[in-house]
Amino acid sequence: MTATADRTETVVIRPQQARENGVLPSRPLDHAEHRAYYGVLPDPDRLPLGELASMIGDAGVRGRGGAGFPLYRKLVSVSGAARARRIAPAIVANGCEGEPASHKDKHLLRLAPHLVLDGLVLLGRELRATRAVLAVETGAPNGPGDLVRRLREALNERDVRQDGVSIELAEVPGRFIAGESAKLVSTLDGGSGMPSHSERPVRERGVGGAPTLVQNVETVVQVALIARYGADWFRGYGTAAEPGPQLFTVYPGRRRPRVVHSAAGAALAPLIADAGPIDAVLVGGYHGSWIPAPLARHARLTEADLGVPLGAGLIAALPADRCGLAETAHIVRYLALESAGQCGPCLNGLPRIAAALEQLADPRQAARDLGLIEQVERWCGMVEGRGLCHHPDGSVRLVRSALMTFRTEIAAHRAGVCTGGDRRPLLPAPAREPVR
Amino acid sequence: MNSAALWYLSQGTGVVSLVLYTAVMLLGVAVAGRGRVPGLPRFGVVALHRSISLLSLVFLALHIGTAILDGYVDISVLSTFVPFASAYDPAWIGLGAVAVDLTIALIVTSLLRDRVGPRLWRVVHRLAYALWPIAVAHSIGLGSGGGELMNGWQLWLTTACVLAVLGALARRISVERARSRRTPAQVLHTTRSQVRA
Amino acid sequence: MRDHAPRDLAVDWAACQGHGLCAELLPDHVTLDDWGYPIVSGPLSAAAAKRARRAVADCPALALRLKAAEHQVTNRSNPATARSAHSG
Repeated sequence: MTATADRTETVVIRPQQARENGVLPSRPLDHAEHRAYYGVLPDPDRLPLGELASMIGDAGVRGRGGAGFPLYRKLVSVSGAARARRIAPAIVANGCEGEPASHKDKHLLRLAPHLVLDGLVLLGRELRATRAVLAVETGAPNGPGDLVRRLREALNERDVRQDGVSIELAEVPGRFIAGESAKLVSTLDGGSGMPSHSERPVRERGVGGAPTLVQNVETVVQVALIARYGADWFRGYGTAAEPGPQLFTVYPGRRRPRVVHSAAGAALAPLIADAGPIDAVLVGGYHGSWIPAPLARHARLTEADLGVPLGAGLIAALPADRCGLAETAHIVRYLALESAGQCGPCLNGLPRIAAALEQLADPRQAARDLGLIEQVERWCGMVEGRGLCHHPDGSVRLVRSALMTFRTEIAAHRAGVCTGGDRRPLLPAPAREPVR
Repeated sequence: MNSAALWYLSQGTGVVSLVLYTAVMLLGVAVAGRGRVPGLPRFGVVALHRSISLLSLVFLALHIGTAILDGYVDISVLSTFVPFASAYDPAWIGLGAVAVDLTIALIVTSLLRDRVGPRLWRVVHRLAYALWPIAVAHSIGLGSGGGELMNGWQLWLTTACVLAVLGALARRISVERARSRRTPAQVLHTTRSQVRA
Repeated sequence: MRDHAPRDLAVDWAACQGHGLCAELLPDHVTLDDWGYPIVSGPLSAAAAKRARRAVADCPALALRLKAAEHQVTNRSNPATARSAHSG
């Protein structure tokens, strides 16, 4: 077994109870190797209907796509809707990883595609779904170009009759807000992928009108592992409130990002120990929050400590010689351009906030306009909660955290001075095709 | 009432209908384009648009009723609704029938607006852009009487209506083109250049 | 139905074009932001019900709806209470 050159490394950080085979492999496995490494997928005799759902409930699995909604409750509502409407449900595993700085989903799909497919099969059996879709991004900017090809090969290796569930692979145009369930479902149905004012949530009326369960691929993988190793194994990781092994994308300052296998409750500082002196850490994702360095030094990876959900699992350290305002302006510009431009407040507000942050990030301009902060705060209030999706809300969260965490930098900029020497952007903000 | 009087009444109510239709068009374009009528709040413009369209129905009914009743020309009830079914001047009357059908569609969907749903309502309402020219054509065709283009005040009135609507539409189109080009990238660009100023 | 339960004015953000009729009809409940889009404050009073129905009917973009007022304030920037829109 020769190791292929990985663009990112897998590093194990002391899970509380390591079950050797629960960790991701160091290179992609084919189906035979996968079955040897993890054990065979439990067949329907071992896992009668309802058993998997109750294991998921006991384990306390929460979505790993950003919102952290309990999976058990989603299973219950999707199957309930399916029974009530007498329509077989559909399931979608979201591997699109719309969060540009996050690598964990691509990492998973590359190293353990069969775990993802196993999870889809298990959920498909449990829900008696007639449609199971794995959605991935076409031409993923962060990932290897042949991810789709590898996934098709992995699909071909499977025995559909034994699985009992036939999985489709769908390529979806990449877009930050494409991660949201309703937009993803609309895209899969051939729609525009734009947020819509539909009354029915996706769990009631989703792909092809069927009640649909949409889950991030990491959550699906967790299901595949729980089915083999049990809820107690899962609970052995993390905390009571946020159980289970989790993947994080860590940006240790100047160095290349890596995907780390850890869990809630672990200390944050060791993950970014090689970043050197830092100003702040961005936690969660581009809809997350900046945590100031003193807090990051002692914090654990929990929502309670960090003040934000772990979200998509991004942990990005900002080295002390960078400018947090410049970085935030760069990210918010990306977020503004990713707006669907459909709802008035977001279309008008986010670009203005972005322009104001750009101005604030430039000490020469910041010194000139002292009302900038008030303007930004005012626009944040105007944009929040007014629109068809949560894109403006998440963006506002990031902006507010920046205004708080980078208070000293703001004061310096207003005095005409920047404390960071290196103003280059650290985190990726890929240019995508326009929404319309 | 003698036949000729009914016929003249039909012509007269026809002219009034056209003027009212023109007013409805202008007000409708104003609502969509966010224009204001001096002295009226925005919801007043909408109310006026609605009131005048209902008023025009009254004159339309008179116009059709008198045309059917008069013995001067043979226009059946059927030919008011079914285009080109008239014995007399099927082409121009036919256009009138099309206009009647479109009018009914617009009025009914607007009265049942919340029942019909936004998409269907919008599609049908856009037919107003077809309805109005058809009504104008009908009036020009029939106003010409014995083959000569209408004269005197009829000509001036029709021209004024056409110019008014064309002008309103031209303004609306240019406003709409400016609005629909607004993407987040555009707003960002505009705001940035304002900031630098 | 003409019951007296408190109703909320809900905006369909995809349809809203910022015409502003709602703000004219319901000045106590709707103000316009910098860009002409409605900011709806709180459930409608009983007195405003008739005008609200008119606003819903008259909105040129058909972007308004009346719905039963929600008792719980949903804080959308806190995902713990927000309705799940992400693929969890």
